[in-house]
Amino acid sequence: MNWLSDFGSFVAGRWEQLLFDSYLHVSAVVQCVVIATVVGMLLGVAVYRSPFGSAVATAVTSAILTIPSFALFGLLIPVLGLGVPPTVTVLVLYALLPIVRNTIVGLASVDSSVTDAARGIGMSRFGVLTRVELRLAWPAVLTGIRVSTQMLMGILAIAAYAKGPGLGNQIITGLSRVGSANATNAAVAGTVAIVILALVLDAVYVLIGRLTTSRGIRV
Amino acid sequence: MSETNTAPKPGGESDRATSGVEIRLENVTKQYGGQRHPAVDSVTMTIPAGETVVFVGPSGCGKTTTMKMINRLIEPTSGRITVGGQDVLRLNPDELRRGIGYAIQQVGLLPHLTVSQNVGLVPGLIGWDKSRIAERTEEMLDLVGLDPAEYRDRFPKQLSGGQQQRVGVARALAADPPVLLMDEPFGAVDPITRGNLQDELMRLQEEMGKTIVFVTHDFDEAVKLGDRIAVLGYQSKILQYDTPEAILANPADETVAGFVGAGAALKQLTLRRVRDIELEQLPTATAGEEPAAFAARLGGRRGAVGLVLDERGRPLRWVTRRDLDRSGSLATAGRPVEDSVDRASTLQDALEALLTADAGYAVVTRSRGQYAGVVGLDSLMGTIRALREQYEDEDGTPDGRPGDGPGGSDGGSGAAHA
Repeated sequence: MNWLSDFGSFVAGRWEQLLFDSYLHVSAVVQCVVIATVVGMLLGVAVYRSPFGSAVATAVTSAILTIPSFALFGLLIPVLGLGVPPTVTVLVLYALLPIVRNTIVGLASVDSSVTDAARGIGMSRFGVLTRVELRLAWPAVLTGIRVSTQMLMGILAIAAYAKGPGLGNQIITGLSRVGSANATNAAVAGTVAIVILALVLDAVYVLIGRLTTSRGIRV
Repeated sequence: MSETNTAPKPGGESDRATSGVEIRLENVTKQYGGQRHPAVDSVTMTIPAGETVVFVGPSGCGKTTTMKMINRLIEPTSGRITVGGQDVLRLNPDELRRGIGYAIQQVGLLPHLTVSQNVGLVPGLIGWDKSRIAERTEEMLDLVGLDPAEYRDRFPKQLSGGQQQRVGVARALAADPPVLLMDEPFGAVDPITRGNLQDELMRLQEEMGKTIVFVTHDFDEAVKLGDRIAVLGYQSKILQYDTPEAILANPADETVAGFVGAGAALKQLTLRRVRDIELEQLPTATAGEEPAAFAARLGGRRGAVGLVLDERGRPLRWVTRRDLDRSGSLATAGRPVEDSVDRASTLQDALEALLTADAGYAVVTRSRGQYAGVVGLDSLMGTIRALREQYEDEDGTPDGRPGDGPGGSDGGSGAAHA
């Protein structure tokens, strides 16, 4: 109980800083997810008709995901410097796999009779892609985006080592001063905030899914 | 290959409106890379404007490939295809397809769009404005027998297979194309629904007079729907191209005879439609009338049968004189009318309805279900007799003709002997 009131007064005292870090954290993740969505969907669209291309795109993006994030930040600092550039690069790279894979799977699983009929009534190739295939693949793509977002919320915390933005700074500051006053409080506050924000974002995705998926293909 | 452009059209269809255009295939070949034999080998045929031509043949014979070359979903390797005199290979394929209705077995409705959005797709593609599309959509749903108010905003998954196929046909027809390509459109629905859909297609075609290319492997369906049938063999080779009557009466070879199958004589009944014969009239009354008044009109003759109609003129019940004497209200007298045929139905359907109705008549209804007349056993017999006589007059060669004794080489091939 003593620790809890201690933690409570810590949060109350750093309220503004925590809120600001939270904002930066969510903002960085959302922006990186948007970039990764554009890149990932383009990549998926480019390769989904070719089994070989699909295999390569999936393999490369999974390979990226196996690199430990701490190592990747460390390796990129000499190349891209500190702060935003390495952070954005790492987050986008990590976010690619779920989005690319789900785009490929979603597009490949569109019923061929639907595309045949769409072509048959005179939709152009581009029309079939944008008005039929991507619409039908969207729930799968959105699931990929959602997974990526959850992943990035955690990975961004590591970016504090490269002087990236967000709640990672609270955690790292805390961990680097273990034993001193408020060290644990800072680390716990940062971690708990990330978990709460991740849950909130996930709820937002459920809402986005409801709003952007036709009732005709909702399961 | 019999390119019989002079073959007589089936009776009674020559007066219908024609909005279709002629399709010509000249030496059309499709050769896939890596295969020794072409999938379609030098097909030449003319599909007359406003007629329904059915491509019938075994699976894998190339009939679908041949059809898909007309709207260039499959590009021909060589040869020439014209639709209404225009060389399709010179047109933009997307624009070509917008001018050709297309319906397939799996229907292929876009699952994320509502029924009305699906039907309005092609008009939207060719740039109609919204109000015109909305109006047209309602009209098309009505045309295929789906109440717009009820079905307009449904999604495909909320429809039965038969209803989906109706929407598919409505979508194919929405922009009023002169030509309609249908690839086994009724192949995936149950037999009863299939029969209904076939009847409706014939009714629509009677009003529209499109040029329809219809692919099926079901010869009975071909006989029922086709003005002409092209029996296709391997590599889409045309084994026989003629009217159903001619093919049934005189199959070109054993393969065709095998395809025609048993019961050719009975199948010929499916070639005459109810509209081809004169309807008989029975005394009718509306449900609200007094039974006694109707009884007087029915007369005292034994076995006299009358029909009770509802306020919109649709047949409700069969009544005999005895039923009327026993019952207090026309709404409950006699037996319900369970089965009816319309003017586009075949005489086989009429015979079926007649046999099940046990009143000795089959009720014929107009398009909205109103009573038009009845078909009796006598008029059916008369028609069958006339059909037989016509064949005996027309067909000099007895080869393979039903009802004319053993026909040389086709013994056991399934051409039925009456």
